[in-house]
Amino acid sequence: MDDLYREVIIEHYKNPSHRGKLDPHDISFADNNPLCGDHIQIDLRVGTDGLVTDARFDGHGCAISQASADLLVESIIGKPLDEVKKLNKESVLELLGIDLGPVRLKCALLSLKVLKAGVYGLGEAGDDLVE
Amino acid sequence: MKLNITEIRKDFPILDRETQAGVRLTYLDSTATSQKPVQVIEAMNDYYRRSNANIHRGVHTLAEEATSLYENAREKIAKFINAESARQIIYTRNTTESINLVAYSWARANLKQGDLVILTEMEHHSNLVPWQMLQAERGIELEFITVTDDGLLDIDAYKALLSRRPKLVSFTHMSNVLGTINPAAEIIRLAHEAGAITLVDGAQSVPHLTVDVQSLDADFYAFSAHKMCGPTGIGALYGKTALLESMPPFLGGGDMIKEVKLRSFRPNTLPHKFEAGTPAIAEAVGFGAAVDYLTKIGMENIAAHEHEITEYALERLEEIPGVKLFGPSADKKGGVAAFTLEGVHPHDVAQILDRDGIAVRAGHHCAQPLHEKFGIPATSRASFYLYNTKDEVDLLINGIYKVKEMFG
Repeated sequence: MDDLYREVIIEHYKNPSHRGKLDPHDISFADNNPLCGDHIQIDLRVGTDGLVTDARFDGHGCAISQASADLLVESIIGKPLDEVKKLNKESVLELLGIDLGPVRLKCALLSLKVLKAGVYGLGEAGDDLVE
Repeated sequence: MKLNITEIRKDFPILDRETQAGVRLTYLDSTATSQKPVQVIEAMNDYYRRSNANIHRGVHTLAEEATSLYENAREKIAKFINAESARQIIYTRNTTESINLVAYSWARANLKQGDLVILTEMEHHSNLVPWQMLQAERGIELEFITVTDDGLLDIDAYKALLSRRPKLVSFTHMSNVLGTINPAAEIIRLAHEAGAITLVDGAQSVPHLTVDVQSLDADFYAFSAHKMCGPTGIGALYGKTALLESMPPFLGGGDMIKEVKLRSFRPNTLPHKFEAGTPAIAEAVGFGAAVDYLTKIGMENIAAHEHEITEYALERLEEIPGVKLFGPSADKKGGVAAFTLEGVHPHDVAQILDRDGIAVRAGHHCAQPLHEKFGIPATSRASFYLYNTKDEVDLLINGIYKVKEMFG
């Protein structure tokens, strides 16, 4: 519990390194967390070799949702899309370095859902994407 | 009469629990659901231990007891809101289902394409979505009474809408976010002058104010037990007798019928016409016990206590730099304080307060359009009931200062 607001989370929330939009981009997707209205958009540029060359997130929400988005986006730059597709709940929790209850897990996983829905070209960021 | 809060708190065993070792619960989320006194818990326990049986059919002792407990609770609830008769109280699952009952039964029998329904911008989703569904199905029109920057309904805007001859005006008596207590009697009088029927969402008002459906002249009035010291899973719809009698049944099944043949049925009389299937019997008993409990303490005393706490809370919250409050001043609202803290998301505020055992709600509180209107995705909301104290407000204030420090 005391780890929830680790310095790294507060730092990424207050001073995100990858907040913004990419124009042009190859992939862009946005969705909300219906529970609290948190909103996240993720833009990606992908090279011909299938590697993510650049990534940004935008939106608003709690420290957990915004920090996890920043950490996630940062972590996928330079990675192949096939690897991005394999990311799951544990990948995000590892990035955050914390354990979360069911409610806050939704905040933490919103960015991964948005990312995967974008990569898979889906219309909606469903819960099944992160299980 | 001033409430003896120390004595009242003894009735609520949950208030003694710790949320973690050494941290006692400070429950400031009664607008979401209230805590339950032992009187309610015991009434439901006794029912299951002694009287459990299905109602209305059996002739054995237990069936008789269960039926009278279930129906006596209805009498108590009717009296509590000053309905003329218990036949006007329909048991539902909650306020949402009560509103849906009106939307499915009355509205589908009475509204056609182009008919106007007036709602307000401060409605809970439960008084928006049923009407949006009907709009999609039937092509009715929806208009919304605007909310002023102070969090009040714009009555002039309402009067202008009334010139379009609405069929129904459906509004909340007390906002679950802003706390605004709307002038229900005036809204209803104006609606009637324009020839409209009225439905009041009383989820927040019945637990906290003296509500008299006859003096309000409400046509329909919806509320839930769980926000007024009762159990979850049961609520009520009050309706004027002539209206309820004219309406087709809602759900079909046992208990709502007088006679069934293979190809036809005759509906039962009120209130059973609207209560299909085995209902929430123990919950009805608990609902009745909650009404007894509140009546004994006195709704006026409860309202006065909440007013005192709310006034104090708003005053203290206002002192904190970066805190922005939503809704009108204490004299125009119930025990709700929705706020934002600059630079910190409401979820984080709630999470950090929880470390000190302080339970507040964070989010859009099922009133997303209202938050959009104020240009914010979410608020933190502290709410107060008969068992809350000024000391608990102080804990909240200290907690918010801690949040500020962490995010400073």
